[in-house]
Amino acid sequence: MSTINAEKRALMSTLPGDDVRQIMWRFTDRYDLQMVVQSTRSVARGVVARMVADKQRDTHEWTPEKAAMLKSFDEAGITAAFMEPEQGGYISGPKNLVLAMIAFELCWVDAGAATASLANNLALEPIHEKGTPEQIQKYMGGCVPPKPGENRKIIRGSFALTEPLPYVGVDAGMLSGRIRVAEWKEGQEPILQVEKRGRFITNMGYANFVTASVDSDDPRIKSSCMIILEENDPGLYDRGAPTLKLVHQLSSTHDPIFNLKVPASRIIGGYTIKDGVIIPNFNNSEVIEAVFRRTRVTVGIMTTAKLLSAIEPVIRYQRTRFRGGSSVSAGTPRYDLGIQQKEDPCHRLVDVWATGEAGAALGFEGARLFDAFDVMEHEKDKLFTAQGIKGARAQMKAFMEPRKKALEYIELMAQPEAKRDAKRVTELEGDLLVQYLVKESLADVYCPAGKLWNTGYGATMMREAVSLMGGYGITEDCPGFLTQKWSDAQLEATYEGPECVQRLQMSRTMENDIFLAQFKNWIKDLRDLAKRKSEMGAEVLANAMDLWLWSLVFLQANKDANGKTLYGGQRQGVMFPMADALAWLLGARQLILDTLELEKKGPENPTLAEGLPGVLNFYSDLCGVQAARAAGEVGKVCAELVYGYQLAATALKPFAELRGKTDASLVGIRFSKDRAAEAVAQVMIPEALDYPL
Amino acid sequence: MTTAFHIVVCGSLVPDPLQTLEPIQGPTGPALKNEMMLPSVLDPWAGHSLFEAANLAKQHPGSKVTLISLGPKAKLQQLMMIIAQKVPFELVCLDGSASGFMDSREVAVALAGAIEKIPGLDKTKLLVFGGCSSASRDAGTTMQMIAEQLGVNDVFLAADELKVQPGGSFRILERIEGGQYQVSTCAGAPAVIGWATGNLPEPPNNPQVGMTNMRTIMPALQKAQPAALKTDAIKFASVELPKQQRQTRIVKDTPVEEIAQEIVTWIKG
Ligand SMILES: Cc1cc2nc3c(=O)[nH]c(=O)nc-3n(C[C@H](O)[C@H](O)[C@H](O)COP(=O)(O)OP(=O)(O)OC[C@H]3O[C@@H](n4cnc5c(N)ncnc54)[C@H](O)[C@@H]3O)c2cc1C
Repeated sequence: MSTINAEKRALMSTLPGDDVRQIMWRFTDRYDLQMVVQSTRSVARGVVARMVADKQRDTHEWTPEKAAMLKSFDEAGITAAFMEPEQGGYISGPKNLVLAMIAFELCWVDAGAATASLANNLALEPIHEKGTPEQIQKYMGGCVPPKPGENRKIIRGSFALTEPLPYVGVDAGMLSGRIRVAEWKEGQEPILQVEKRGRFITNMGYANFVTASVDSDDPRIKSSCMIILEENDPGLYDRGAPTLKLVHQLSSTHDPIFNLKVPASRIIGGYTIKDGVIIPNFNNSEVIEAVFRRTRVTVGIMTTAKLLSAIEPVIRYQRTRFRGGSSVSAGTPRYDLGIQQKEDPCHRLVDVWATGEAGAALGFEGARLFDAFDVMEHEKDKLFTAQGIKGARAQMKAFMEPRKKALEYIELMAQPEAKRDAKRVTELEGDLLVQYLVKESLADVYCPAGKLWNTGYGATMMREAVSLMGGYGITEDCPGFLTQKWSDAQLEATYEGPECVQRLQMSRTMENDIFLAQFKNWIKDLRDLAKRKSEMGAEVLANAMDLWLWSLVFLQANKDANGKTLYGGQRQGVMFPMADALAWLLGARQLILDTLELEKKGPENPTLAEGLPGVLNFYSDLCGVQAARAAGEVGKVCAELVYGYQLAATALKPFAELRGKTDASLVGIRFSKDRAAEAVAQVMIPEALDYPL
Repeated sequence: MTTAFHIVVCGSLVPDPLQTLEPIQGPTGPALKNEMMLPSVLDPWAGHSLFEAANLAKQHPGSKVTLISLGPKAKLQQLMMIIAQKVPFELVCLDGSASGFMDSREVAVALAGAIEKIPGLDKTKLLVFGGCSSASRDAGTTMQMIAEQLGVNDVFLAADELKVQPGGSFRILERIEGGQYQVSTCAGAPAVIGWATGNLPEPPNNPQVGMTNMRTIMPALQKAQPAALKTDAIKFASVELPKQQRQTRIVKDTPVEEIAQEIVTWIKG
């Protein structure tokens, strides 16, 4: 037996609780968030779980029980969490992290419930991002539940981009939804005719308003736009038939048909008139880009929550598997440990757990990034407006100098703190546009990476969780609703842009030199960490990152055996797998960072003191496990792409060396898995699940 | 005329009852395995008394609710993220062990001392609420001893209802055996009332209420003084789990008759 493994280390005594999560996900000081978590949790594990247990998922109809669920969201502060205090909300500032927390807690029980809640925010998001002040006040304010004594009905919304075949879907640039000028009296507001058919539109069974993507069908309207439709607008507001979906049944989905007359003031973000032409201030792509870059972060968290929610029921199943059998008496290992006596089920559960933790690390970091980025973006917009900088080209020009400075800043940050030019660092840290570019480069990668990996690979691992429950896993009686969570994951991977859309976005944003410069710094940091803590897999992860970077540069610079560009153009077969590989790396790295945060801040919390060494050991081992798995994926992807398009293995020695080095740095890493598995087999779990079956 | 009360609720945390609660020998005496690491909840009977207090205060304008909690400060802070969302109150926190192995007299002395120290406390308006017993110690002795310390003579235990009568007196229902109530009339404050379940549902969470409460709760937590509890005030000769262990079995849709039959069979041995 290896000495590494024989060494007695503190084991994790209980499942990680709120104290641990608050530190790792950086909300120890956010009482507002902690409260929203608790209040959402009680709705999820109360009302929502009861509905699933009572088979509310068995109908596509919008039942009184489902409607009552929305009311409990309202009462628990879930609905108003998105709004600003001046609109009737109670949390000020950016809401990405809080929405991610809400999604996490609801999905712990049922993702459809989360969808029902989030779709309302999705409907509002175009207005929130690009709407005029009047639109913001009217619709954001209208969606706030009425306070006691207030005589008003709450409104709810839908977001309608997707259309029936053959259009929209992945290629959201092509729209068949149309607007025309219906009436335009001299000196009066133009009235527009809007025709839009939607497909798979969430909340449509009850939505009072819809934010719809439409294109111009009239020379008097310059471009596409998003427009607000209301249920009482003159014309056809047909909710259409409910979608016969096999997942997320606690949300309402319909294929609606609209043919309505609406005033031009409903164009989201407003419009100007020039030479008799209505020019929307924002076209459809500008709006949906601003929307999705935020809302997708939240979707990534959904599947992750379910993976983590599966841990406790799986452990309970495994442990109690043989209890009650006549030959199995209390106190024997077979009685106490059940299936956990065996290595493989524990190892596989560790993989599920590590995937969940890495997904949460990646997803919540994405949410935090956007919270920081939102503020900067707002300031940048103010600055550009003041300077009269308008349009993409002018902005690009304005960013030319700051881009150079951003790279300089990142290079400075690579140096040890004592050696840095502190004055210059302070200067660059105070430069809004520089910091904006740095944050943007990360946000643009983290958002699609989280959505892609957490939902896509998360769905695969959700299947693994189901399989750990044997036949029980695929019955209605399975505690934790695991099969429902598995199938639901497929929707999370699909809506708000399926995996290919995320891969496409990443294949562009991960080429950004500002991102790549930071990526290089991270490799250095990991190497430093590896010297201090070998069990976290920092070395293997650093090597895998090097390998990925080398491969990217190679694929960008070289052509295939037929002389065709490898990285670029329509070569999705090259770019997309590289995006997947990067997502693996980002998740594994972020889990290490979260664990380091716990190591740093954990001792400040006296409640954690007793159990902290065990928790840290466990998380360090999960980091090791995840780093090894990420390195394996990256090695596989890169080897296939780098060699696979060549006819003879020409001059690829550097790749072979890097890959060899990566493989060799796996030395000892499998003991991380053994130790994590040991923790999984002895960690204390509650006697029963805290929500119904 | 309505009477304004100052209702002081004594209540702290207990480990989440879904957890396995296993006694072990700790460095300073008996403890529960992993107690600090386990999630905790508001002591259930004390919780009912808090909701009753909030309801009473709402009906009597000018009233105020103060929650006095003796427990580990960091764990109390976590608990406040839930409790503070439910009803409005001010917090007084005593930092110390909320373990069921603490001597209830020590706890009562500490709590009574803290009540006496509440600035501007008017004993003619004072109602001390709490649980009829705690889910951790289950001795049912703390509230009487608090009354004794405070010199309050009117003590009611296992109360389910308190109604303020038109003249300002209280009509109180206390649980006695056989599902019956003892009905008492009390002339008015001060009084000490140890609640059973009361009649109110648990209020839903409302983060907005919570955030208002937190403005005073956080400073109260920061100001928390260590509770001077003697750990050697009580000696445990031995500690063991009650013989009858809980066996949780979850079976869906079992007919009531079948459940009854199973219980009868079990009683008969
Ligand atoms: C339950 C449910 C709720 C929904 N809610 C809403 C809502 O509220 N509002 C709304 O607007 N929409 C909603 N949608 C629609 C959802 O966003 C779309 O289904 C999703 O974006 C995918 O579009 P599609 O179904 O047309 O797939 P397609 O566009 O047909 O894509 C199918 C697959 O083809 C491949 N593919 C397609 N195009 C490309 C490409 N360019 N490059 C590479 N591969 C490609 C990919 O493998 C892709 O996964 C919902 C969908 C469902 C199922």
